[in-house]
Amino acid sequence: MRRRSFLQSATAGALTLFFTTPSGAAPIEPTRPGAYPEDFNAFLKISADGRVGCFVGKTELGQGAMTVLAMLVAEELELDPAQVDMLLGDTDLCPWDLPTGGSLTMWHTAPVLRGAAAEARAVLLGLAAKALGAPAADLTLKDGAIWVKAAPTRRTTFGALVQGRKMARHLGKVKPKPLSECTVLGRRVPRKDALAKVTGAAKYAGDLRLPGTLHACILRPPAQGQKLTTADTAAAERVPGVRIVRDGTLLAVLHAQPDTARKALALVKGTFEGTEPDVDDVRIYQYLVDKAAPGQRVMIARGDVAAGEKRAATVVEGEYRNAYEGHATLEPHTSVAQWQEGRMTVWASNQSPFVFRDSVAEALKLDKDKVRIITPFVGGGFGGKLVAPAAVEAARIARQVPGVPIQVAWNREEDFLLDGYRPAAVVKIRSGLDAGRGAITFWDNIAAGVSQGEAEFAYDMQTNRYQAPAVPDLHPLKVGAWRAPNAHTNAFARECQLDALAAKAGLDPVTLRRRLANDPRLLRLLDLALEAFGWEPAPGPTGRGIGLACGAWRQALVVAVAEVAVDKATGKVQVLRFLEAVDVGLVVNPDGARQQVEGAITMCIGQALSEEIHFKGGRILNKNFDTYLLPRFSAIPRIQVVFADSGTSTTQGIGEPPVVPVAAALANAVFDATGARVTHVPFTPERVLEALKRVP
Amino acid sequence: MDATVSFVLNGKPVTVTSPRDRMLVWVLRDELGLTGTKVGCEAGLCGACTVLVDHEAVLSCSTALGDVAGKAVLTIEGLAIDGKLDPVQEAFQDHHAFQCGYCTSGMIMAAWAFLKKQPRATRAEIIAAMEGNICRCGAHVRILDAVESVGKATGGVR
Repeated sequence: MRRRSFLQSATAGALTLFFTTPSGAAPIEPTRPGAYPEDFNAFLKISADGRVGCFVGKTELGQGAMTVLAMLVAEELELDPAQVDMLLGDTDLCPWDLPTGGSLTMWHTAPVLRGAAAEARAVLLGLAAKALGAPAADLTLKDGAIWVKAAPTRRTTFGALVQGRKMARHLGKVKPKPLSECTVLGRRVPRKDALAKVTGAAKYAGDLRLPGTLHACILRPPAQGQKLTTADTAAAERVPGVRIVRDGTLLAVLHAQPDTARKALALVKGTFEGTEPDVDDVRIYQYLVDKAAPGQRVMIARGDVAAGEKRAATVVEGEYRNAYEGHATLEPHTSVAQWQEGRMTVWASNQSPFVFRDSVAEALKLDKDKVRIITPFVGGGFGGKLVAPAAVEAARIARQVPGVPIQVAWNREEDFLLDGYRPAAVVKIRSGLDAGRGAITFWDNIAAGVSQGEAEFAYDMQTNRYQAPAVPDLHPLKVGAWRAPNAHTNAFARECQLDALAAKAGLDPVTLRRRLANDPRLLRLLDLALEAFGWEPAPGPTGRGIGLACGAWRQALVVAVAEVAVDKATGKVQVLRFLEAVDVGLVVNPDGARQQVEGAITMCIGQALSEEIHFKGGRILNKNFDTYLLPRFSAIPRIQVVFADSGTSTTQGIGEPPVVPVAAALANAVFDATGARVTHVPFTPERVLEALKRVP
Repeated sequence: MDATVSFVLNGKPVTVTSPRDRMLVWVLRDELGLTGTKVGCEAGLCGACTVLVDHEAVLSCSTALGDVAGKAVLTIEGLAIDGKLDPVQEAFQDHHAFQCGYCTSGMIMAAWAFLKKQPRATRAEIIAAMEGNICRCGAHVRILDAVESVGKATGGVR
């Protein structure tokens, strides 16, 4: 309640945005409730030299948080973003925040930060008014200086004003600048991390070189879910410089050199206990369906499905699948932990500093204030680094060797074995179209492996049933949040199903979607997408290889158009062009937003065409990038990105929305090219060949 | 078995005492403190550890220390001269041809070696040359734009 009232008063403009979301709350709730502080000093430090430091509990994963958050502060304080020093993800120095995921930064944190910066501006102007003997309304500011508009020589600076003062003032009184007066927002701004990243100076957790660091390599079971029982470490202990640490089922080989620690680990012989599930990457789909069946629950029930089915003139039944997929961040999970004077400090590659702090505290039975998480640059997240296993391992080991910095850097094999994957899923849909081909008479969806999540329909679905299982431990493997969780699976099924309905009814894919759209923004996006792509749709398959899909994520909407070529002899799909038209409200950092869309499309070309976790029981067969196939340069087409000018001042996050429709657009393009429906993600050449065989 | 191996690193002679079969990436990162070269797969599959040996791109996770004896090794830290960025670095900076940055050092070094040989390459040739380097964030299009722009603007690298 406290946070709610604070946000209502502090961020008047953002208020509507925050509280009219479908679920009425943020999708990722903190494990323990936290709240943003009410004093702007928590976010901003203005130093005597006039520089502005900004402290936010998010992390820089590559998504550009550092740059876009600096833009918000710069806007209110009339600075260049380069004049704002960002410090992210330090739990001692930054105010509490939610994880850096769920596309929350711009939607959730940004309004608070803008409010804080606006408050700081008002405080500075108030101090300057006193110092200059002029009313605040007669003052203006730029680049850290404040002067009397009519007499520019009567001036002072941020640095001079704050000298020795603590400017305590509670948030909530000052509104951010109106959009019409903004000069930084909406502009192309150089990324603040650019120089560090192109010179190799950017430090990631594994780049820390604390004196005396020992590298810890951990003995792993051959399969997920198994645990260490006994270990013979005699041979490893004969390697000079090796130390062995054991804490319950955790056994680590420590050495000053990471490669020597790894070699010594190979000399340890362990035995493990725990049974493996009787399932593999082929049988997983039936496994999920069978296990889910008794626990199916109706999550959405609108209208009368049976009556709707009677009214249907065209009925399609589809089954859509996707495999487990990994996060495969190029930087594997890495943490350095040090236990000193009763406190644990962990430098962690992470997306959620406060969750990491709490996880480490819980594992070590420490008070939360005895744990500090520091976040260097993070080499990719995508949902995989919302959870803290490597940080907890590093901390557990460090607790046993007081004072010694312990680095745990998973290698690629560990990163695949211990990841929490995008869940494998089966989605079955029966749905029908009326004789007038303008309305869906029923839509009946039953899912195993995923749930509704944030996946919204952008269409008018009067008769809609969504069932998903409430079955604990449904998955035999560890699963987690993978960029736009649930939504990509649901959107793939729905948008392929709609395409099949359109084709069966002799409609082109766009006309059907236009008739079903219940949001004028979607109609506008469809226009934008078609115009930019230069595409005149016709009922498929046309042989041209162009497919379309729509995606909704909270209040964001995306239309994707793909053009592919399919080699019918090999089954290989080559993406020739890909366009997304995106409506995320106000685009604060246009180039940053564009990067997120380009990245999402690129990543999901891998998701759709090649990425798959292969397993047998709990054994993960993908050990490296020779079997887990990420998209390489030759797989990536020309990419076009168009933003809708929505005219709003509210902002949705952009990390996830552009992910949602990618696989469906590609599958629909494969249909348009060949008449074959690919319904299993990833649609590898083998699966495309199978689908081609089914074409009548 | 430690050996004493001398080579030129970023223009300066260095001597390292370490096993000859130790992989160069560990020597660079742990003994010489140059952490700009990244570890991504340790199997020559991702290109994050790419450095130059006598102007050829090599994977430092799969190159033994002994193999660079007497040679010139250039890492990302040695590319800028007196604080002035190399044109390839400038192009990556200007195009925002990265997101998380973890692959960036390897990308820049691979691009540099390619442009040195073939300054006026076609897009298709650049794609072929960069195929061994993985970017997970999806900066591919920008990386290609950046590499292409260097060829066009300067006719290659120094």
